[in-house]
Amino acid sequence: MNNKDLMLQHPLAKYLRQERMPHIWCEGCGNGILLNSFLEALDELQLDLDNIVVISGIGCIGRAAGYVNVDSFHTTHGRAIPFATGVKLANPQLKVVVISGDGDLFAIGGNHFIHAARRNVDIKVICANNFNYGMTGGQYGPTTPLEAWTTTTPYGNIEHPFNLVHLAAASGAVYAARWTTLQVRRLKASIKKALQKEGFSLIEVISPCPEIYDRYNKLGTAVEVMKWFKLVSEVHKAYDPAKAVITKNRIIIGEFVDIEKPSYGRLLREMTAQVKEDLEGENTK
Amino acid sequence: MEITQEQKAFALNGDEAIALAIKQSDVDVVAAYPITPQTIIVEKFSEYVADGEVDTEFVCTESEHSALTACLAASATGVRTFTASASAGLALMHEILYVTAGCRAPVVMAVTNRALSAPINIHCDHSDSMVERDSSWIQIYVENSQEAYDSIIQAFRVAEHPDVLLPVMVCLDAFFLSHTLENVQVLPDETVQKFVGERSIPLVTGHEGKNVPFKLDPANPLTIGPLDLYDYYFEHKRQQEEAMQMAASTIVQVHDEYGQLSGRRYGNGLVDAYRLEDADIATVCVGSTAGTTKSVVDTLRAKGVKAGLLRLRTFRPLPIAEIRNSLETVEAVAVMDRSNSFGGNGGPIYHEIRHALFDAQARPHVVNYIYGLGGRDMPQSIIRNIYTDLQEIRETGQVNSYVQFAGVRE
Repeated sequence: MNNKDLMLQHPLAKYLRQERMPHIWCEGCGNGILLNSFLEALDELQLDLDNIVVISGIGCIGRAAGYVNVDSFHTTHGRAIPFATGVKLANPQLKVVVISGDGDLFAIGGNHFIHAARRNVDIKVICANNFNYGMTGGQYGPTTPLEAWTTTTPYGNIEHPFNLVHLAAASGAVYAARWTTLQVRRLKASIKKALQKEGFSLIEVISPCPEIYDRYNKLGTAVEVMKWFKLVSEVHKAYDPAKAVITKNRIIIGEFVDIEKPSYGRLLREMTAQVKEDLEGENTK
Repeated sequence: MEITQEQKAFALNGDEAIALAIKQSDVDVVAAYPITPQTIIVEKFSEYVADGEVDTEFVCTESEHSALTACLAASATGVRTFTASASAGLALMHEILYVTAGCRAPVVMAVTNRALSAPINIHCDHSDSMVERDSSWIQIYVENSQEAYDSIIQAFRVAEHPDVLLPVMVCLDAFFLSHTLENVQVLPDETVQKFVGERSIPLVTGHEGKNVPFKLDPANPLTIGPLDLYDYYFEHKRQQEEAMQMAASTIVQVHDEYGQLSGRRYGNGLVDAYRLEDADIATVCVGSTAGTTKSVVDTLRAKGVKAGLLRLRTFRPLPIAEIRNSLETVEAVAVMDRSNSFGGNGGPIYHEIRHALFDAQARPHVVNYIYGLGGRDMPQSIIRNIYTDLQEIRETGQVNSYVQFAGVRE
């Protein structure tokens, strides 16, 4: 037995492309927790990895597509959802997961989000929400809380942020949940649930950004941010997503939407089959 | 040459130099969206806004498409506007680039030249702006951060000139210029303000038959950009071509006026001919590679090789006469393209240089080297090899391969 055989292998190592390590994420960043929860969900469900596709857009979390050891695609900024829509419609057998950030999914790609949810395309969107554009240096974005400090809001943000779970609910998603990176077990359970559900699902993951957003807003170290999550997170069941606030003193988390509705792909296939059948019936008359 | 203004040197990278030029140019509206490696320009400028150092409306949009649309709309009301982008961001603006030029809105934009996806890459090449060469935007490519600063200031004068009224993109190489510190000579604020001046608005005949200022103004109603079919669309496009021709002389004139103020000139403003007077062999390029190439030319000249360089400062308008005149004595030309026209047998600059030289009295051999895609370095050694190839072509009169890739694993 040589030294190599004695080395411990990370239990999730087979799900990652080791040659892409080390990753680019900052110390204390929540992206690792998010990705780990996703990989654990895959592991526990024992899904056939050949049937999983991970698609990401641009931003720090966008690198996830390059790290996971499944078929994946790193799209241009904002276009993860339309790409995922194409993949799912072309091959309905695949489980299609979008892992991307708040800026990518809700600013430049916002239109795609609402329409994919409205059509109920069977894709799972896991959104790392760190309240700003971390990768480009901390500009404010569509989820930046009011009064928050970013490089482009040096006197505080005056734009109202999106409430992502409310947006998902109003747009037609069949599943919408929000967790912080502290509730890893619930987050994993949520991902597992979404992966086994038919229809458009959003899992919002409130994630620390210790080097940029958290520092500008004097939220302290990554550990202190996790303590803050612990202090202010309120877990609810079937809470009204419209009231699911994120403030300094309260972060409402939980499952907000969990309904059943046929997906766009299913309806499309059923209609195509029906039309074909009708036409064939007419032809044989 | 008399330099009329005292200047101060600041250590700035290309992005910061541009932000400073914008600060001094009395810009009314800046709308932008972050993208590496352009971000510093807008980020730095947002600090000026936040600190009250400028009187500018600063708009953070949700995409580049919206950023340019906001600038176009603001520009249509008669104010001065600026934005900046790169790569995928510029590609997303594509639709509005044409609308901006077609509305004759003199928006100025900095483009930090970055490769296009896929595969995703944040480093320098010219693919992003080269594909926009037909959009009726004036394109200026700079060699260093000093020129980036100088060119932005000149760009407003050129864009807003009543004979021109076309948008301008000032293109600088990602990271090589955008993120690299350099001593930049800076003019006093008031000197730049005076040089750039107020935006002048020409009169046009409005729909009520009156002559009104060409801007959206409730006091003098006017529609900009309405449906224009086979009745007048063609004439409007013909006017854009004329404006592009007028831009050439305007660029020269503005560049010269600025040269008197600052003591800095980049050739005649359209082309920067380096040691070409009696050259036998020459390369042609745009951007920061020109700096490295000039150094190679100096080494070759010291050895008695009559080598030269033609740097295009403007790619739109294409200075055909200047290209032909500058390369008059040259027998073998290598065009260096930091982008490729896939399947087009060579890069875009190569195509156009060959086009410009087709009617030359003594048509030289013209070959092409695609280099530096995705930020691949272009060291002196590769450039020296290109000149060696040119010497061989000149001596033998034989060209083995017209289009080659320099510095790639093959």
